[in-house]
Amino acid sequence: MLHLIVKYMWWIVPVLLLSACATPQPTLRGTGDLGVVIERATGQVQVIETSGRKSLAQVSGLGDLSHASVVFSRDGRYAYVFGRDGGLTKVDLLTATIAGRVVQAGNSIGGAVSQDGRLVVAQNYEPGGIKAFDAATLELVADVPADYGTEGKRSKVVGLADLPGNRFIYSLFDANEIRVTDLSDPKNPKTERYPAGKQPYDALVTPDGRYYIAGLFGEDGLSMLDLWQPAQGVRAILPGYGRGEQALPVYKMPHLRGWAVAAGRAYLPAIGRHEVLVVELGSWKEVARIPVKSQPVFVMARPDGREVWVNFAFPDNGWMQVIDTFTNRLVDTFQPGRAILHLEFTPKGEAVWISARDDNKVAIYDTATRRKLAELPAASPSGIFFTSRAFRTGF
Amino acid sequence: MAAGLPAAAQEASPQLQPQRIRELVHLVRQDCGSCHGLTLQGGLGPALTAPALRDKPRESLVATILGGRPGTPMPPFRGIVAEDEAAWIVDRLAEGFPPDPGASR
Repeated sequence: MLHLIVKYMWWIVPVLLLSACATPQPTLRGTGDLGVVIERATGQVQVIETSGRKSLAQVSGLGDLSHASVVFSRDGRYAYVFGRDGGLTKVDLLTATIAGRVVQAGNSIGGAVSQDGRLVVAQNYEPGGIKAFDAATLELVADVPADYGTEGKRSKVVGLADLPGNRFIYSLFDANEIRVTDLSDPKNPKTERYPAGKQPYDALVTPDGRYYIAGLFGEDGLSMLDLWQPAQGVRAILPGYGRGEQALPVYKMPHLRGWAVAAGRAYLPAIGRHEVLVVELGSWKEVARIPVKSQPVFVMARPDGREVWVNFAFPDNGWMQVIDTFTNRLVDTFQPGRAILHLEFTPKGEAVWISARDDNKVAIYDTATRRKLAELPAASPSGIFFTSRAFRTGF
Repeated sequence: MAAGLPAAAQEASPQLQPQRIRELVHLVRQDCGSCHGLTLQGGLGPALTAPALRDKPRESLVATILGGRPGTPMPPFRGIVAEDEAAWIVDRLAEGFPPDPGASR
């Protein structure tokens, strides 16, 4: 009997081994080349991989994703997606599933992760303020209203960024203030207040965590706080950059983040002027103002800082321009698609992913040749976020 | 064509072509939506839902679209939408704005 099994059924063991391999086992992999693309109209995100320039999976059930933004856990495994409807969804990039979700406000626009990675903080328009959550469980650990004045009003919060020491900095659109909240003991948040310019609409912290720069809608100029010398208070930089001229209409508010910093300078979108303003960090002298196609929205440095790529507000949102930071001149103007809403560079900047909302695609360009490398279909794509953000202060 | 739009949205303004109606709905949902939200529940700008606009006079809403609101981020859309188109948008907002059928081809 046994010799018959050996003679005729020897193949059973290898086949069983093969079939064990064929059952879907999770492939071991890192997350450093992963990211998400927001498909804003359908409340979905795509999990993408930049090495293979491909979409790996789609995750749905994330609510209203107009103006969605994303931050990453410090292990690069989870994306925290902030929806306009106040939803905060934790997406597992490896399994492409929702690992947690809370609806934490009525109207939210973004968030940040603490230096130690334990807190994820949301910035909210309604009710105005910030809220901190346990990054593992999404349990609420601190609620800091952006109250101002004597009548119990709360301001919309913009420009939230993480700072060293588990502190968070943000601006109050309605109250003309910058605030720093220390959440090193979340049960006892401590907030410092700094009067700022009129109607801050967004802000950035430089990659070293030193300077916080808030863009202002309500006046010509920006507000800067030196976090190494906070007692000096907020200083106006580039005051009167509009030279008293009539401002042009702004059909979409620009966005600011640490990507504005390149070659020791900040490249900043003017408000109501079709210009990129260049200011030297530290001295705050105006270095240049570069005329561009329309109202700039994202003015984003390639990771090496040699180039800055710019997209524009409606109705000129089909255009993209590239500035050489060595000469501060435009070196390219092109149309990657209809309604370019966002762009994101790969971690070392050899490629850039560009979302074209009205063409329902993401276009991937080689940044050296500016030739298109690939296109991926996506439903009304907006924000594109790569996990390399997990390791950068202010992202 | 405006196949994705409810019949009421197409019939309400015989002088606007279906193609233009589609563009206007896309404009309001997507580009006005960048401040007012895709669902028009509000953002940096106020909510534009039917209940939120109930007590606002029609003429002042039309004027706001065309001329903007100085001192706020609301820009003028004169030159982008015509007066009858602004009025059409206000009337649709008042009854609950139609969903976006997507960008025109």
